[in-house]
Amino acid sequence: MKGQEIISEYSFKGILKEVLSYKAGVSALVILAFFGILIVYTVIALPYKETIALWNSSTAFLKNPRNAEPVWWSIFTRKKKPRNVELNMDINSANLTQEGNIFRGEVRRDFVYDYDDFPTEFNIFFNANYKKSSPIVRVYLVRPDGDKILLKEHTLRSQDDTLYLSNDFSLENKLDTYVRSKINEPIDFSITTTRALFMKYSNKLEVLKGSYSLILEAELGNKEDSLTADVVFYGSVYGIAGTDHLRRPIHIALLWGAPLDLSFGLGASLSITIIQLIIATISGWFSGLTDALIQRFTEVYMVLPFLPIMIMISLFYKLNLWSLLAVVVLLSIFGFGIKTTRALVLQVKTLPYIESAQTYGASNWRIIFLYIIPKILPPVIPGLVASVPVYVFLEAILSMFGVLDPTQPTWGKIIEDAFSNGALYKGYFYWVLIPSSLLILTAISFSLLGFVLDRIVNPKLKEL
Amino acid sequence: MKYILKRGLSLFLTVVVAVYLTIVIANAGGYVDKIVETELRFNIATRFKDDPSFRNLSEEQQKELIESRFKHEMKRRGLDMPFPIRSMYHLRDAITLNLGRAMYMTSDGGSALVRNIILERLPVTVILFTTATVVNFFLHLFLGLRLSRKYGSFWDKLVIALSPTSVIPGWFYGIFLIMIFYSWLHILPAGGLVDYPPPSGTIPYFLSVLKHMILPLASWIIASLFLGIYQERTFFLIYSTEDYVEVAKAKGLTPRQIENRYLLKPALPPVITGFALSVISSWTGAIVTEAVFNWPGLGRVISQAISYFDAPVIVGVTVVYAYLLAITVLALDIIYAIVDPRMRIQG
Repeated sequence: MKGQEIISEYSFKGILKEVLSYKAGVSALVILAFFGILIVYTVIALPYKETIALWNSSTAFLKNPRNAEPVWWSIFTRKKKPRNVELNMDINSANLTQEGNIFRGEVRRDFVYDYDDFPTEFNIFFNANYKKSSPIVRVYLVRPDGDKILLKEHTLRSQDDTLYLSNDFSLENKLDTYVRSKINEPIDFSITTTRALFMKYSNKLEVLKGSYSLILEAELGNKEDSLTADVVFYGSVYGIAGTDHLRRPIHIALLWGAPLDLSFGLGASLSITIIQLIIATISGWFSGLTDALIQRFTEVYMVLPFLPIMIMISLFYKLNLWSLLAVVVLLSIFGFGIKTTRALVLQVKTLPYIESAQTYGASNWRIIFLYIIPKILPPVIPGLVASVPVYVFLEAILSMFGVLDPTQPTWGKIIEDAFSNGALYKGYFYWVLIPSSLLILTAISFSLLGFVLDRIVNPKLKEL
Repeated sequence: MKYILKRGLSLFLTVVVAVYLTIVIANAGGYVDKIVETELRFNIATRFKDDPSFRNLSEEQQKELIESRFKHEMKRRGLDMPFPIRSMYHLRDAITLNLGRAMYMTSDGGSALVRNIILERLPVTVILFTTATVVNFFLHLFLGLRLSRKYGSFWDKLVIALSPTSVIPGWFYGIFLIMIFYSWLHILPAGGLVDYPPPSGTIPYFLSVLKHMILPLASWIIASLFLGIYQERTFFLIYSTEDYVEVAKAKGLTPRQIENRYLLKPALPPVITGFALSVISSWTGAIVTEAVFNWPGLGRVISQAISYFDAPVIVGVTVVYAYLLAITVLALDIIYAIVDPRMRIQG
């Protein structure tokens, strides 16, 4: 009866109460609750399929700045970094005037630019609707000091034409000469398009803050034709986690990384622990040949180079996260845990209640699953919880080697992206720091919880 | 001696099984077959090129001849047999470290043999990670012993509180160390083995290697520091409550004598088991750490092979790793037998 008493002590409520009596336990649960809420939010707000498609689409994020810092990052740099300035302009029958055969339209948009840094890029995305002749557009920028600069005169090449003005060399050369003639002094910095447009005309590189306006003139061939233009002055900050080298908002991947990483870690450690538990119990209970065979197999697994084999398999067979999970489980079921659990089983085996079960004719499997496993489960649980981070980091390791399915955004994958795009050398620290801190938070919370559970299950540790 | 031989033999059998498993896994995609076939074709083609008697044949005829010779050679070696038999030939090759020819990679010496590529890089891995494991071992032992004496003090509590940090692996700390000491402070190199160009002279070269070792070493030491000390300390505490220690105290032995005779000795087997596990996991951890720090060892070979998709190298490294693990286990068995006489009698 002693066994039953021990088991009844571990009710869920009782354990929760005990965990909460430790500071470490409270903080672990708080962090885990935070991740829980995050996961629920992600799964509901960002449906998996659409989000993955969005994440891997090449056109969805064209209007985002490239390698932008998170908005809050400027706390460290104390500079007001520019955000995106987006102006939407419409030219249609409502604002067209006829002049002979052509229809002229003009739109003017004012905006205030008071950031401490220059825009990083400047593009205009057109979307035109025309029948015969394609529209001709002229773009002007009016600066706070009254300068009106013609940026471009352009005949649209297609319905969806884009002007990449910050990459336009003829414009840059033109502006360079213009600005140099205005300053009339030697200058020691290079003049790019965005600098030329937003700088004070002096030999020090400074932003001219104030109210700018953009003017778009269009000549259309038909009264029914229409034109919309999205003018984007790209900033250098974006969202709560910034953007990557493909302009994708990193927070999407961070959000989906939480359920992916955690379900991988939990799934792996849960299934491995339980399978090992069953195998170890079988090994300990049926001594003789079964036991010897399982023990030899465990030894083979010990010299099986786990990580190289994992890398080999994921590289040769192009695994995604779920097939990876299956492989990890297969490669770990005869792991070292079997030896320690088997030792436990050998102790439990000699207890009187097992003997009495045998006397009244309980079958081997009944004894294994109903009498032994429930008895040795509690000491195994802390290890289970504490080993979750191991598998979360394993996923990160395989991502670091770039052998996993690249379309699934996980935290490891973000860090790998950051690494392979030189984030550490170019100073995009946020790109590494944010996913790393999430990984660390997860790891620490599970390890703290495991630590606390260990003390609850093995009261002897409390004294040490 | 008999015990060691016995263990060595059973470990060798274990390695054979492990290597065989590796081959089966790799060959499910036909990679091992491909490695062997490429090797054969290469050998036959070179022999043709070197033999003047084939010069006057047309290209077409030469190709045909090579192909038929290749087929004969496959038959002679039994490689056209079904997989279970064929895999035995692969197994023999792998066990004798006859690992074939790399597809793209070459060793620094210019050899395309996988064995040469691996053997050339192995010492570099061993230097770094043996140092790391040995430093860790003594650091944990020494500090754990010190701490067990000051049980319940501030430092003791601090170590316990910080022990969950060890769940984060060394390479992950490495990323942060690179960020701090390379990207931010610019005082240490981000990776590599030596400066470029390598300094001439043995001492400057050695110093340069040492400088490049600081960060990887530090990342490993930080990663296992607190948990390591905590575990050792707990072992010593468990033994320090034994009756014979009380008796020793009552006899008036100095703390040093008590530590050496009554604490270290019985605690050694579990401590060494911990060490064994850390050495084994260091072989695995080395792969990632080397990738992060560009340390040109075995792990770096793997990441290079991944980027070239060089299947023979990947299979080869896996086989070599199986050997390394077995050798480690054997070495630790021997140490175990030395420190724990019970093992010798049982064995």
